[in-house]
Amino acid sequence: MRLFIEHFIEWIIKGCGYISAFIVLLIVFFLFREGISFLNSSPLEEHYGLYVNIQNPITKLSDNQVKDIFDQKIVNWNQIGGHDDLIKRISVNELDDHFTKEQLGSNFEYLSVCVNRYIDTVPGAIAFFSERQLAISPNTKEITLEKISLGKFLTGLEWFPTAQPAAIMGTLPLLLGTLLVSFFAILFALPLGLAASIYLAEIADERVRKILKPIIELLSGIPSVVYGFFGLVVIVPFLQKVFNLPVGETALAGSILLAIMALPTIITVSEDAIRTCPRAMKEASLALGASHWQTIRKVILPYASSGITAAAILGIGRAIGETMAVLMVTGNAAVIPKSLIQPVRTIPATIAAELGEAPFGGLHFKALFALACILFIITLITNLLVERMSANRRTS
Amino acid sequence: MLEFPVNINRKKKIHQTVMFWIARLISYIIIATLFLILFFIVKRGIGVINWEFFSTMPKEGMTEGGIFPAIVGTFYLVIGSMIVAFPIGVLSGIYVNEYAKDGNLKKFIKMMTNNLAGIPSIVFGLFGMSLFVNQLNFGASIIAGSLTLALLALPLIIRTTEESLKSVDQTFRLASYALGASKLYTIRKVVLPIAFPNIITGLILAIGRVSGETAPILFTAAAYFLPKLPHSMFDQCMALPYHLYVISTSGTDIESSRPIAYGTAVVLIAIVLFVNLLANFLRNYFGRKVKMK
Repeated sequence: MRLFIEHFIEWIIKGCGYISAFIVLLIVFFLFREGISFLNSSPLEEHYGLYVNIQNPITKLSDNQVKDIFDQKIVNWNQIGGHDDLIKRISVNELDDHFTKEQLGSNFEYLSVCVNRYIDTVPGAIAFFSERQLAISPNTKEITLEKISLGKFLTGLEWFPTAQPAAIMGTLPLLLGTLLVSFFAILFALPLGLAASIYLAEIADERVRKILKPIIELLSGIPSVVYGFFGLVVIVPFLQKVFNLPVGETALAGSILLAIMALPTIITVSEDAIRTCPRAMKEASLALGASHWQTIRKVILPYASSGITAAAILGIGRAIGETMAVLMVTGNAAVIPKSLIQPVRTIPATIAAELGEAPFGGLHFKALFALACILFIITLITNLLVERMSANRRTS
Repeated sequence: MLEFPVNINRKKKIHQTVMFWIARLISYIIIATLFLILFFIVKRGIGVINWEFFSTMPKEGMTEGGIFPAIVGTFYLVIGSMIVAFPIGVLSGIYVNEYAKDGNLKKFIKMMTNNLAGIPSIVFGLFGMSLFVNQLNFGASIIAGSLTLALLALPLIIRTTEESLKSVDQTFRLASYALGASKLYTIRKVVLPIAFPNIITGLILAIGRVSGETAPILFTAAAYFLPKLPHSMFDQCMALPYHLYVISTSGTDIESSRPIAYGTAVVLIAIVLFVNLLANFLRNYFGRKVKMK
């Protein structure tokens, strides 16, 4: 009996051993299930359609063309290769412009008839309706939209996930925003962190080090939302004043904040790397008459370089995934960033800000999961790089 | 530490002194920045902190009143996540250090643990929403939030457990085996008690981490404004970090809710400070007792 219980407990322990691998796989499954079903779907919301007169030669439109049509940038069908007919848009929101209340009926029971008749008689008409509202007549045909492809998703220049009738989901502005903010964060944090780790590992007394290190580690324990709040009440107004900006919520504010947040990671990891430099190497350098600083520069830093690179990559990974602080200070404008003192929107901030409003299971919802897939892949790559580097260091 | 010669030539010496001072200065600037952040928030927030702030519900669209439900909610979330993450994490750590044989499988598990630790918290949030809230139909609730936070804390607990087990001297195990104890008995009676303080330190650090996370609970647990306490674990709750986010960004009257925001930030910082001090204290206190090599 006793043996049986022991075996049972050992089985549980062994089962628990696989838990992290299992969770990573679960995460992959749940993220990519939604994210992949997003690709190859139509940019129209489900059950909605665009309908035109059967005489209209256009059968296919891209999401941008649809947007331009409904924004009245394209006003004639011949602009996109159709007949010379003025485009007449008609959708639920503009019913009043075309029909009277009597025509539609008190409960919109004649809506289908009215819209079908409108499309029949007006050759340039394009109607945006739900399949439920509209029974399609033989003189009406549905327009197909170009499907969302991976390439378009990754390289699209505009992010209008809630645009009607067709959503436009190009992630390039978000991706560039994320990279810009993280890149500058590391640019600020790396030299500072390196200097601090050199000081802690080589220059400072053991006593000073014992005090300073926990204090720096404390930096990483402070919740990111507190950093965000600090950024909001101090850094943002400060930048606004210094650069004389209309809004202080900029990429720069995000970079500064992320730099502060990435510092402890960078300092701890690169300090560890610096401290692993073997004593024999330092002694050899000393014997050649090198000063302490020369030893640090020519011997210790090259020796620790892979560890320091790992620290930088780890810092970048953290910065790319950071959500709350960035969400609070970068202004969240989904535009291609042109300068640092301009609002940007990052991928995590987009997910955090928009998921609450995206209808469950809808196109927008799935698009945000696809964004999370991108984020997951980026951080997975950075993690594997760090892993590879520390493995190299152990073997060399 | 190695003693480097002091009598080096003047040029070298000046160069070295300058570089060392730059490094020293930068370190002090980083420390100063930390204190600046803490000081700035604490100075403005300490004034609103009193018993009433801790014990009353938010009022008037969160421009008045206290943060009681947010404190309770954070407490529930932390307890819930630790009930799940602690046993599983410790068992997993035991597996990796005591049972797994060196080889590709162990490498793979360690790699996955590291990957799990590197996944952004917002991705955990999406995953939690997709699995717990929707697939398992918990709805946005304390249990969904706790489970999501538990996943986030798991790698931290696994790693600290592993590290603390690794630091247990092999001779203890061998002595136990020599007395005829089984492997599990040795782990239970010899290895775990010695490693226990460090494991607890890891648990405390995980508590600190979990209590400050916002992104994972955004869609799995946190309520925007809920001036009552949750009745069951299938209710939504307020949480301190999300509360701070809400009142500092999306209130209708930001100016008058600012003091509460500062107060909430001070409470969050206090939690982190307390957790760190406690972890340090435990490490030192038990560290002295266990050293018997």
